[in-house]
Amino acid sequence: MTPIQPPAISDANVVLLIFFIALVPLAIAGISLINTGFGRSRSAAHAMLAPLAVFGVAVGVYFICGFAWQGYMGGPAHSALVAGKSWSLLGAGPFFLRGLELGGTAASLAVWLQMLSVSLAALIPLGAGADRWRLSASCASTALLAGWIYPLFAHWVWGGGWLAQLGVNYGLGRGFVDAGGTASIQVVGGLTALAVAWILGPRHGKYSSEGMPTAIPGHNAVYILFGCFLALLGWLGLHSAGAILFTGVEPGRAVLISINTALAAGSAGLMAIVLTRWRFGRPDVSISANGWVGGLVAIGAGCALVAPAAAVLIGLIAGALVTFSVELFEARFGVDDPGGAISVHAVAGIWGLLALGLLVPVTESGQWMAQLVGVATLLGFVLPLTYGLNLAMNLVCRYRVPPEGERQGLDLYELGAGAYPEVASHPDDFTPPGFAGKPF
Amino acid sequence: MKLAGIFLLLAGWGIVLAAVILLAPSLAQTWFALAGIGVEGLGLALLMRSHRVMRVARG
Repeated sequence: MTPIQPPAISDANVVLLIFFIALVPLAIAGISLINTGFGRSRSAAHAMLAPLAVFGVAVGVYFICGFAWQGYMGGPAHSALVAGKSWSLLGAGPFFLRGLELGGTAASLAVWLQMLSVSLAALIPLGAGADRWRLSASCASTALLAGWIYPLFAHWVWGGGWLAQLGVNYGLGRGFVDAGGTASIQVVGGLTALAVAWILGPRHGKYSSEGMPTAIPGHNAVYILFGCFLALLGWLGLHSAGAILFTGVEPGRAVLISINTALAAGSAGLMAIVLTRWRFGRPDVSISANGWVGGLVAIGAGCALVAPAAAVLIGLIAGALVTFSVELFEARFGVDDPGGAISVHAVAGIWGLLALGLLVPVTESGQWMAQLVGVATLLGFVLPLTYGLNLAMNLVCRYRVPPEGERQGLDLYELGAGAYPEVASHPDDFTPPGFAGKPF
Repeated sequence: MKLAGIFLLLAGWGIVLAAVILLAPSLAQTWFALAGIGVEGLGLALLMRSHRVMRVARG
């Protein structure tokens, strides 16, 4: 087996990478705003506090053990011999980043990017659990994601693991390619969102006794749409830094990456606007915003490899998939996902991973098969793992707030104060059930 | 039903891995892997259905 070596990085490129990685927190801010806008006003402060808490837990756990288990290309790892081929299964670095040179080496830049990436992945399930997920439980779930699920899969893809080695070991193209974190960040986060939505169940009043879904609109469309613009900036940094660090493309390719990212987001957003206009008679803000982010997610895998025209196609199909998928999950599958996290991050992400295998210029055969193996691993291994771990955690630390907490809103129930204390737009927040007094 | 769904997801993944390990890159390998993805799809459908049934049963 030929070991995969980390790309060499010059001093000038270190500065460039630091700039790209510094943009990534804007993606975190964007997703936080989007999740908050999709939730109810009575849980708005909670929806903005949860990302801060989740960020703290994610970077802390990743610092303690996450990076040790994820490892980096060329670093120490636990391997197994499978049918005569070496499969790298898990990183074997020291805990607490001990012994790692944090002075601009490829490994040190990878640590920084990964800390932000794991936080972004941990934020995604918050959109699916909005208005009913306890703060402490979301932190506990994040610890599982940052300590186990994310490092394991990210090692396989970005740490020189067996998925990355599919090309070397089995002649499948370049091995599983995920330049911008579509699989490791978005689909892992999206599948965790699905697991959390299953465990929590739908919000009170979401479904009628006949099982028909009712609309519970988000409380602030401006947050959602401004979050989309912030997300674009963050994703530009994420895709550029990820592609340079993990797939070894030259830094000048950041121009193509940025063009592809912008094209995919724009075309996906437009597709969602057109489709909702066609289906409902006027454009739907929330689904259009979801389409935009779906485009960002879908282009990540191939952002450095596909041509701009292919990026437009990837975006258009991602926008259509998100539009129909949101409705499918809500109406057909009975999954209450207020932020559309499952459709945006899991469905669009899986499309992006497969699209890379279909649309990348043909230089090496077997790329499609390598992408298929990666998608099968996400569905067949990561989903059962994250579902099982979260189900077990739900027994230890109850995920859902009691009905009273949901009625009051998470702001009053968990934080003791609302985000908008001067605006009492929900009289039932402050009125006990059965109260028949005259309104003021 | 939920356990069966999870089992099918794992089984589908196993089929895809078997295709990679046992077969050389070819059309047969791709079809074998697609069959594995199909089994995963069945598992996912079963999981979705089990949660919907549980929700309806709870009222």
